Amino acid sequence: MLWVDKYRPRTLDKVMVHTEEAQRLKNLIAQGDCPHLLFYGPTGAGKKTLIMALLREMYGVSAEKVKVENKPWKVEVGARKIELELTTVSSNHHVELNPSDAGFQDRYVVQLIIKEMAKNRPLDVVGNKGFKVLVLNEVDKLSKDAQHSLRRTMEKYSAACRLVLCCNSASKVIEAVRSRCLNIRINAPSRDEILDVLLFIAKKENLVLPPELAGRIVLQSNRNLRRAILCLEACRVQQYPFTKDQVVQTTDWEQFITEISNDILNEQSPKRLFLVRGKLYELLTNCIPPELILKRLLQELMKKLDSELKHEVCHWAAFYEHRLQLGQKAIFHLEAFVAKFMSIYKKFLIATFG
Amino acid sequence: MAPLLRTTQQWVEKYRPRKVQDVAHQEEVVRTLVNTLETGNLPHLLFYGPPGTGKTTTALAIAHQLFGPELYKSRVLELNASDDRGISIVRTKIKDFAAVAVGSGISGYPCPPFKIIILDEADSMTEDAQNALRRTMETYSKVTRFCFICNYISRIIEPLASRCAKFRFKPLHEDIMLGRIQYICQEEGLDLDQEALSTLSRVSEGDLRRAITYLQSAARMYGSSISSDNIIGVSGIVPDDVLKRLVQACKSGEFDLAHTEVTEIIAEGHPVSQIFSQLFDYVIQSTEMSDEQKARVCERLAEADKCLIDGADEYLQLIDVASNTMRALSNVTQECTYF
Ligand SMILES: Nc1ncnc2c1ncn2[C@@H]1O[C@H](COP(=O)(O)OP(=O)(O)OP(=O)(O)O)[C@@H](O)[C@H]1O
Ligand SMILES: Nc1ncnc2c1ncn2[C@@H]1O[C@H](COP(=O)(O)OP(=O)(O)OP(=O)(O)O)[C@@H](O)[C@H]1O
Ligand SMILES: [Mg+2]
Ligand SMILES: [Mg+2]
Repeated sequence: MLWVDKYRPRTLDKVMVHTEEAQRLKNLIAQGDCPHLLFYGPTGAGKKTLIMALLREMYGVSAEKVKVENKPWKVEVGARKIELELTTVSSNHHVELNPSDAGFQDRYVVQLIIKEMAKNRPLDVVGNKGFKVLVLNEVDKLSKDAQHSLRRTMEKYSAACRLVLCCNSASKVIEAVRSRCLNIRINAPSRDEILDVLLFIAKKENLVLPPELAGRIVLQSNRNLRRAILCLEACRVQQYPFTKDQVVQTTDWEQFITEISNDILNEQSPKRLFLVRGKLYELLTNCIPPELILKRLLQELMKKLDSELKHEVCHWAAFYEHRLQLGQKAIFHLEAFVAKFMSIYKKFLIATFG
Repeated sequence: MAPLLRTTQQWVEKYRPRKVQDVAHQEEVVRTLVNTLETGNLPHLLFYGPPGTGKTTTALAIAHQLFGPELYKSRVLELNASDDRGISIVRTKIKDFAAVAVGSGISGYPCPPFKIIILDEADSMTEDAQNALRRTMETYSKVTRFCFICNYISRIIEPLASRCAKFRFKPLHEDIMLGRIQYICQEEGLDLDQEALSTLSRVSEGDLRRAITYLQSAARMYGSSISSDNIIGVSGIVPDDVLKRLVQACKSGEFDLAHTEVTEIIAEGHPVSQIFSQLFDYVIQSTEMSDEQKARVCERLAEADKCLIDGADEYLQLIDVASNTMRALSNVTQECTYF
């Protein structure tokens, strides 16, 4: 088992970061019930961990007995019948899924599941009706249609089903849905907190972790806890005993982008653009999300720029990323950004150095 | 066996008015509908306005008051954004329901001789589907009334809108909001001081649903005595000092400083749309900035806000807004130098 899973705290009492949030969640459900929840915050911050611990607090260990199913769904839409396959993770008490996997059919899937939950409400011995929890991941990727369809549903089925929504950017969740939930912001853990988790894991694994190495891992993680833990494990695989000046490797795709950035800064020409295009394409075919590529590339380029240029370059990065979201073919917009950058940078070089 | 969790009612539902007379702050529509209860006359209706102002509540209340629980199913059809409302449904389900002749009423309720079709969240209906409704609306107007509900009236096609009596639902005034909140506090045995009360009504921005959700969440998390900070904690608004630091960094004229603040904001997970709306308030109220500076900042803010709605990246939009704000504040020309 990977350390990220092995050392994921299982209960609200055992979390090492977000202890306050955990305590408040405990209070929230002390009377057994809670409002719809929306967890949001950067990736690797600990949202999922809290959600799972919350379910465990609500339902006990049986919430951890989950089965993963990949089953076909049949949805009737008017006269049409839609069939699609979707992976769900569920226990007796909850169902978890990534509705955005269903593409533009996402709305039907969400509605279908909620209605099914409402039909099969759990009963206790004296016949009281309970409720189940539906965990929807990546709601920021849910179509607007699907988000709107949740509005009245969240009110109508509020007795039968609690929604726990989870996403990275709350801005992409429509106001009407946000205002129907208790919003819980999960910030990226601080550097000190990440350090503590690393030291804790090292101790459990009986490792001697030099402070310098730990410090560099923390720094490179950019406050992403998952990343820091993965990185620690990678270092362990790479060499043990640790040395304090051991290299802390970035991921392959990030190294590749650093390379692209150098290509761009070294030469600005159609020929070079063509070369860069090929490399960008390679990243895309490896399923690196285009907005991530653009952001990383921007960061790399900025390291070498004058502050005057930074304004301009940031503006165009924002501009082309927006286009990318509206368009169909990511490569066009990535390439357009690179071309724009080359033109700006070349003019700057000529103006400065003649 | 694991303990079964029993639902306690959400306060939003618990305190949803059951009678139109109890809907607060929307006098015009209430007057019209109270009149309907006496005369049985009802025009087609169009309710529009921001979230949490009572639109759905009012529509459901009048339908229940007119027909009572027994006839409700046969006389009222309620469809919202979760139901499929494409053209085919308009031509079949809606038309069929509209066409049915009404039976006799039952005593104790006005039971006027028509059915009501409530199309909630109608702004999510396609234009084609709305067009398909026109005929149905006309053909069966003797036996059917439509009630459209939406946030944005501009999303309802003119031919439909012009056939309806339109009612705008206003954001609830601060004092009305306070009244409702205090009532709930009394019922639930909560204790909010003056500051907490005014914070709650400020952050809810006229949306009573939000106010009630915050109140219930705060009560669960912090117990029955709730402070202003507790309210801020559950509301998701960005603390003032975060915004202040961003503005300060922009004023400094140093790109890297602003960049650090932006990175921090993203890592803290603050919703950028919220940052934009609070930055907008700040700029408008600022006494230091010139009108031209304000205009420059706001123009980009508006564009960036739209970009977010299109799904653009929060970090990139925020850094662009910060950079633009910085340049506006130091009166650097807007045009790019190397473009
Ligand atoms: N409170 C915590 N205490 C200790 N370790 C934690 C805590 N929260 C998370 N972690 C560690 O960090 C890892 C990542 O957390 P998690 O999967 O919850 O992130 P996330 O916010 O859901 O990220 P994403 O948005 O990318 O899905 C976990 O696998 C766990 O090892
Ligand atoms: N004018 C009002 N008077 C009394 N209570 C109200 C009023 N407006 C809203 N509420 C409260 O807020 C809750 C939500 O109101 P309602 O469902 O009518 O909002 P809406 O206008 O339909 O919003 P949306 O556009 O998001 O659907 C109600 O359950 C009720 O508790
Ligand atoms: Mg996660
Ligand atoms: Mg409504």
